[in-house]
Amino acid sequence: MTLSAQSLDAAPRPLRARLAARRVPLSILALSLLPWILPSEALAVNVLVYGLVAVGYNLLFGYTGLLSFGHAAFFGTGAYVTGIAIGRFDAPLFAALAFGVAAGGALAFVIGLLSIRTRGIYFSMVTLALSQLVYYIALQASSWTGGENGLRGFTVSELNLFGWTVDFLDPVEKYYVIMAFTAAALWFVSRILNSPFGSVIEAIRENETRARACGYDVERTKLISFTLSGLICALAGTLFALHLAIVPLDILHYHTSGMIVMMTLLGGAGSFFGPFVGAFAFLLMEDVVSLWTPHWQIVVGSVFILFVLFLPKGIWGTLMAWRAGR
Amino acid sequence: MNNDKKTEDGGDEMMSSKQGNSGTSRRDVLAGLSAGTALLAMPWVARAQGETIRIGFPTPLTGPFAAEAKDQVKSAELAVKLVNDKGGIAGRKVELLVRDDKLNAGEAATRTLELIEKDKVHAIVGALSSAVQLAVNEVTRARGVIYVSISQSDTINEVKDFSRFTFHEALNPHMTTAAVAKHTFKQGTKVAYLVADYAYGHEMLRGFKRAEAALGATGVGEILHPFGAADYSTFMPRLRSMRPDILCICNFGRDQANAIKQAVDFGMKQQMQIVVPVLLHNQRLAIGPEAFEGVIGGANYYWGLEESIPSARAFNDAFRAANGGAVPTDYGAYGFTGVYSLLLAMEKAGGTDTDKVIAALEELQYDIAKGPQHYRKCDHQSVQSVLVLESKKKADMGGEADFFRVVATEPASESILRSCSELGLPA
Amino acid sequence: MDAELVAMQLFSGVALGAILIMVALGLSIIFGMLGVVNFAHGALFMVGAYAGLWVASLTGSFWWGLLVAPVAIGLFGMAIERVLIRPLYRRSVDDPLLLTFGLGYVLVEAVRILFGSDGIPFPTPPELAGVADLGIGFFPIYRLFVVGVVAAVLILVWLCLEKTRFGLIVRAGARDPLIMRVLGVDIARVWLLVFGLGVGLTALGGVLAAPMRNVNPEMGSLVLAEAFVVTVIGGMGSLVGAVVAGLLVGVAISMTALFAPEMATIVMFALMALVLLVRPQGLFGKPGRA
Repeated sequence: MTLSAQSLDAAPRPLRARLAARRVPLSILALSLLPWILPSEALAVNVLVYGLVAVGYNLLFGYTGLLSFGHAAFFGTGAYVTGIAIGRFDAPLFAALAFGVAAGGALAFVIGLLSIRTRGIYFSMVTLALSQLVYYIALQASSWTGGENGLRGFTVSELNLFGWTVDFLDPVEKYYVIMAFTAAALWFVSRILNSPFGSVIEAIRENETRARACGYDVERTKLISFTLSGLICALAGTLFALHLAIVPLDILHYHTSGMIVMMTLLGGAGSFFGPFVGAFAFLLMEDVVSLWTPHWQIVVGSVFILFVLFLPKGIWGTLMAWRAGR
Repeated sequence: MNNDKKTEDGGDEMMSSKQGNSGTSRRDVLAGLSAGTALLAMPWVARAQGETIRIGFPTPLTGPFAAEAKDQVKSAELAVKLVNDKGGIAGRKVELLVRDDKLNAGEAATRTLELIEKDKVHAIVGALSSAVQLAVNEVTRARGVIYVSISQSDTINEVKDFSRFTFHEALNPHMTTAAVAKHTFKQGTKVAYLVADYAYGHEMLRGFKRAEAALGATGVGEILHPFGAADYSTFMPRLRSMRPDILCICNFGRDQANAIKQAVDFGMKQQMQIVVPVLLHNQRLAIGPEAFEGVIGGANYYWGLEESIPSARAFNDAFRAANGGAVPTDYGAYGFTGVYSLLLAMEKAGGTDTDKVIAALEELQYDIAKGPQHYRKCDHQSVQSVLVLESKKKADMGGEADFFRVVATEPASESILRSCSELGLPA
Repeated sequence: MDAELVAMQLFSGVALGAILIMVALGLSIIFGMLGVVNFAHGALFMVGAYAGLWVASLTGSFWWGLLVAPVAIGLFGMAIERVLIRPLYRRSVDDPLLLTFGLGYVLVEAVRILFGSDGIPFPTPPELAGVADLGIGFFPIYRLFVVGVVAAVLILVWLCLEKTRFGLIVRAGARDPLIMRVLGVDIARVWLLVFGLGVGLTALGGVLAAPMRNVNPEMGSLVLAEAFVVTVIGGMGSLVGAVVAGLLVGVAISMTALFAPEMATIVMFALMALVLLVRPQGLFGKPGRA
C-alpha cells in the first residue's frame, strides 16, 4: 500500500472548514436573498443595517471580550454626520459617507482611550455614561441635530454610481446598494479576523493576563479593536441615515445600545455570521409580534432571558457548535 | 383573495358522475356550474367595483401614550365605518391599516416605508409625537403620498418641512397658547414659566411670550427643565420667589402631570393660577381631580361640546354607540377628524388620485366634530376652534368623565395662525 | 439670589437625594456583595410603587402599602435570584447584567399588561398632606417624611451590617466568598438574602416616591440611570458611599437648577464619567474591583 501524493491531496477538507473559508461570499449570498424572505424591503434593509452594527459590535464584544454598553454613540454619530453633511453642506454621497465613518471612528478612538483603562463592569458603566453624554449633547445641539425632532431634510432620491443611475426611492434598488456597502464591510471584518490581529484579540478575550505575559500590548490592541468596531458601527449608521432619510434622536440612547447587545447575543457573539442572524431574528420577532399584540416587549425580553440562560452562544453559535460536535 | 377553483368548473367530471349516479339531478349540475362560474368571475367583478382604499395609520400603541393611541384607533375606525356604511367612496370600501410606531421616529419611518411600498396605501394619517410626524412626513413627501398629520407641532407648518402632500389637522402650540393666554393673561399680570427643554416646550414658550407681549402682561422668569424629569422640587423655591400671578407650565404628557402634582404639593396653587397650553384628558385621569382642580388649559376637543355644537353631539353619539357608552377624548378626536376629513376630500375627488385629493382638501369646508374647519392653502394647517378648559373640582363633576368646564371657545379663524410669510411660505 | 433661596435649594437637594440614596443603596449592595449589576433595578422600583398602590387600594391605607410592598417585592427579588441569576454565577461576569437587562423589559411590560399603560393616581396620604413653613421657605410635609424614613432605614441597615452576625458574614462574603465557603458558610443563602434586601430597598423607594410622582410603567427608567450615577460615584458596595454620593448628586442637581436647570442630567452623567475615569472604584469603594 503506497501513500500516493495524489490520494493525500484528494482527502476532502471537512465541510465546516470549507464553509468558514468562504464565509464572506456565503454571507453575501444569504443577504441577497433577504428581500425575498422578509415581508418588506424596508425591514430587510433594517436587518442589513442592524446586522452590520452587530457585526461591528461583535468585533469588540464577541471577539475581544469587552462588553460595551455605549455603541449607540458610534452608530448615531455616523448617521448624524452623514445627514448633516448631505443636508446642510450638500456634500456628495461618498464624501458624506466617509465623513460619517471617520467621525464615528474618531469618537470611538476617544471614548476607547478613556474607557480602556477600566476593567470588567466598570468598563461597561463608563461606555454607558459616555455615550449618554453624547446623547444629551446631541439633544442640546438642536440647531445642528434637530434635537428631539430628529434630523431631516437630506433625502437622497438618486445615486450616480460609476455611470449607473440608481433610483434610491425604489426599495429593491436601495436594498442592493446598501448591501454592496455591507458586503464590503463584511469582507473588511473577515480580513481583520483572519489576520494575526484577529488572533491576538481572541487571546485577550480568553485570558488577558496570559496575553500580556506573552508580550502583547493589550491596551493598544484593545484600543485598536474598539476603534475598528466604532468605524464599522458608524458605517452602519451612515447607511441607516440614507435608508430612512431621517436620524432619530433615540439612535444615541442606551436603549439602542442595549438592542445591539441583545441582537449580537441572540445571534451568537464570537461568530462571524451570528450578528446578522441575531438582527434578523430580533427584528422579525418584533415585527411579527407587534402585529398580534402591543406587548411585544415581554416576548422579546423573555426570549432574550431564555437565551442568556440556556443558549448563551446564540442561535448561530449554538448551530455551529452543534455541527462541530457531531 | 385567490379563488383557485379551477377544478370545479363543472365540465366533464360532473357529467361523468351524473351518468353513474341517479342522485345528481340536472338542476344540481346547473347550480354547480353557475356557482363555479360565479366564483371564477368574482375577482374580475371585484376589480370592476374598484379596489379597497387603504389608509395607513401609524400610532404609538406601545409606550407612554398607549392610551391616547388606542383612543385614536377607535375614533379612526369609527370614521372609516361611517364612510363604509354609506357605501364607501365611489363604491370602494375603505380600510384602515393600523401600525405601531412605538413613539420612535426610526420605527415610524420604517412602518411608513412598509405601508407605502408593501401595503400600497393611498394615504397616511397619524402620528402623535412631533418627531414621529416629521419622520413620516419626510418619507411621504419624497414619494408623493398624502399625509394628514395629527401631531401638535409648530415645526410642521414651517417651510423647511413643508410638503404639498401633507396636511396638518391638529392644533399647534401657537394656536393653543394664544387662545389660553387670551383668557388668562391680563394687563399687568405677572407670569412665570416652567418649560420643558425640547422643541415643543420652546414652541409653547414662544407662543406664550408673544401673547404676553400683545396683552400687556409681564414675564417674571423662565425655568427650563430637562425633558422627562420626574422631580420638580428643585424648581419650586425659585418659582415661588418670582411671586407670579400665573404659573405657566409648558410641557406635555407625564411631565405635565408630574409638574402640576408637585406644584400643588408645594402649595403653589394657593398663591398663583396654574395655566398649561394643553390640558389632557388622560393625564387628568392619571392624576385625579384634586391636583388638577382649577388648572386652565387649551384643547382641540372636549366631549362636553355636545351641548352647543351639533356635530359634536353626532360624533359623541356615534362613538358611544360603537364603544359601549364611552366618550371620545381630546387626542382620540384627532383620529376621527384626521381620517374623516381625508375621506370627505376623497369623496369629492371621486377617488384616490393624489392631485385631485389635494385640490379637494385645499378647498374642503368641513364640520364633523367641533364646528367649521378648513385647511389654509399656504401651509395646509387646519383652521379650527381652540377650546379653553378649566379642570373641575370633584364636587362639581356631573359624571365620571365630566372633567372639564369649557371656559371659552376661540372661533376658527386664520388670524390665530402665524402668517404665511412668517413661516417662510408663499401666501 | 438671596441666602434664603440658596438655603432652600440646598434643602431640596438633600430631600431629592433621599430617594436617590434608597435606590442606589440597593444597587450598590447587590453589586458589592454579589458582583451583579442589576439592570432591572429601576423596573423593580416601579414594581414596588405598583405593589404599594395595590395594597393601599385593597386595604384603604397607605401605611399598609408602605409596610407590605417592600417585603413582598423583596421576596420576589429572592425568587429572581434563585431561579434566574444563580445559574449564571459560574459563567461570565457579564451574564447577570445581560439577564437583568432583559428582565427589566419583561417587568415593565408585565406591569403594563396587569395595570395598563396609563398613569394611576396615588394621592398623598391625608396625614402627611400639606406644606410646612421651614422659615426659609415652604416644603411639603410628605417630603420631610420621606427624608425621615430614609434616615431611619439607613440606620437600620447600618446596624444590621455592622453589629449583627449576619452583617458580618455579608461583609466578609464581599471580601472573599471562597474562604467563606471553606469556613462552612452557605454563601448561596447569604447572597439570596442580600439580593432580596437590595430589591426590598428599591421597592421601598418606589412606594415612597409614588405619592410624589406619577405611578406609571416608565417611572423606573430615569431612576435607574440616576441610581447608576450615584452608585458609581459613591463606590459600588459601599453604604457610606451611596449616602454621600446620593446627597452630592441631589445637591448638584438642585444647585444646577438655580443657574442652568436644563443641564442637570448632563451634569450627572459628566460627573459619573469623570469619577469612573479618575477613580473608578468611586469615592468610597474598594480598589481592586476595577
